[in-house]
Amino acid sequence: MARREVSRKTLLTVTAVFIAAVAGLTLALKGSTGLQWIVSGLTVGSIYALVAMGFSVIYSSTRVINFAQGEFSMLGGMLMYSIYMRAGLPLPLAFLVSVLIVTLIGAGLERATIHPLRNQSVISVIIVTIGLAIFIRATAKLIWGSEPVKVASFTGDKPLRFLGASIVPQSFWVFGLTLLAFVLVFLFFDRTLLGKGMRAAAANPDAASLMGISSSTSSLVAWTMAAALGAAAGIVIAPINFAYYYAGTMLGLKGFTAAILGGLGSASGAVVGGLLLGVLETIVAGVFPSGYKSAVAFVILILVLLIRPEGLLGRSEGVKV
Amino acid sequence: MLRVEKLSTFYGNIQALRDVTLRARRGNITTIIGANGAGKTTLLRTVSGLNRARHGLVIYEDRDITSEPPDRIVRGGISMVPQGRQVFAEMTVAENLELGAYTRRRGERAEVASDLDMVLELFPVLADRKRQSAGTLSGGEQQMLAVGRALMSRPRLLMLDEPSMGLAPKVIQSIFKTLHSLHEQGLTILLVEQDAKIALETADYGYVMRTGKVALEGPADELLENEEVRRIYLG
Repeated sequence: MARREVSRKTLLTVTAVFIAAVAGLTLALKGSTGLQWIVSGLTVGSIYALVAMGFSVIYSSTRVINFAQGEFSMLGGMLMYSIYMRAGLPLPLAFLVSVLIVTLIGAGLERATIHPLRNQSVISVIIVTIGLAIFIRATAKLIWGSEPVKVASFTGDKPLRFLGASIVPQSFWVFGLTLLAFVLVFLFFDRTLLGKGMRAAAANPDAASLMGISSSTSSLVAWTMAAALGAAAGIVIAPINFAYYYAGTMLGLKGFTAAILGGLGSASGAVVGGLLLGVLETIVAGVFPSGYKSAVAFVILILVLLIRPEGLLGRSEGVKV
Repeated sequence: MLRVEKLSTFYGNIQALRDVTLRARRGNITTIIGANGAGKTTLLRTVSGLNRARHGLVIYEDRDITSEPPDRIVRGGISMVPQGRQVFAEMTVAENLELGAYTRRRGERAEVASDLDMVLELFPVLADRKRQSAGTLSGGEQQMLAVGRALMSRPRLLMLDEPSMGLAPKVIQSIFKTLHSLHEQGLTILLVEQDAKIALETADYGYVMRTGKVALEGPADELLENEEVRRIYLG
């Protein structure tokens, strides 16, 4: 089916104008309340961005959509609760230990359940990830029960006032961490031989295999990175949202939407998609009854898949000969 | 150096190779010619591990590599230049060559650097375009990059799949001249080609494939004189 090609540049311009218009209109009509929405939207959007980066890393290396991606975040939050709140380890150590445990779980699950399917179709692997999500959720419920738990903010709860909007300090941790993760992911794929090899494998799996780039190693590294990204997101958002065994499901779906919106497989796309989704969601929740909030993500998901499946920053896949 | 014994490969239920037996001798250029769909590409893809054989054996330097994954085979010293070049278009020429050396160990930095110099000397045009993305190169330049990239793993056996495809006669000549000089430096080459004339003129020994089988084999100069080969493949 022939589809009219919208040039990337036009699309990005339209998107930028749209964002500016929405932000401007919100600020003009609602003033400091509008600013408040935008800041909250950027905070939750950063979390979506981190989760979306996890989706993208696995997708671009293996073409698999990991529906257990949100569960890594849930595990991060729950472990942080146990290690930081209950066991009382100092914050930086608790953060690192929680991320490390989830990362090992991610790597272990890849070896135990994904690696054995390396010669199977992508769709069967995707179905296995749905199974993994259910398994992780159920295990978390057994360990931590079903009551939401609270993780203390990293640096207190005293909000900062800025032009009439109040910003909780945890937001800055969220922004900082997202920026750091983005830079690290970028450097990995742009500067290291392993990262370049994984990019090559994403672009042309056969040619990459002929260079000796092992698809099995790519898959393991991708899952490890995705688990670390997911865990970091879950930990840093835990003080703002509650942590509980079911928190990963919705977060996973939102992260997936953000990844699709920005363009699956692109780290910058993940950030753009995440922030955009977060802000739109918060504004809609402010203007309309809050029940519509979650609908935003799914309306966007459906629209993007219908109109531009490669997302805002994605490139349409070349024709294979 | 390479022995293929009764190799059969399938795509689903379709059999692409039927009991193919052939060998590539150390220091020789061996060529496989034949029409489109004769199974030449499938043969190379099976040797390099991209496709799985259902029956038969691939023996390389007296080791059975039939079911090894591609990365192990590259590490073992077999490198392949795939059909249609398949350079990493969005990466630079330098990055493509760097990825060619992906399997080399950290301790080999100095050797990798000298191999890079060797490749750039072999293909000076690549040196001029090091920072350019590979997709912007001409077809001939991309073919040179693909060969250079394959050499960066320092193979003992180089396999090429239709290096002449879609290139101007002048460019083809220069590519084959390079293959010849690599051969003179002792590299073993297995060459799949549709252009039977230039392939047989370059090679020491040849195989003719038809519908997944080896139909004919012999020293390249004899095949060049063969009545049937002349009629069907040399026109």
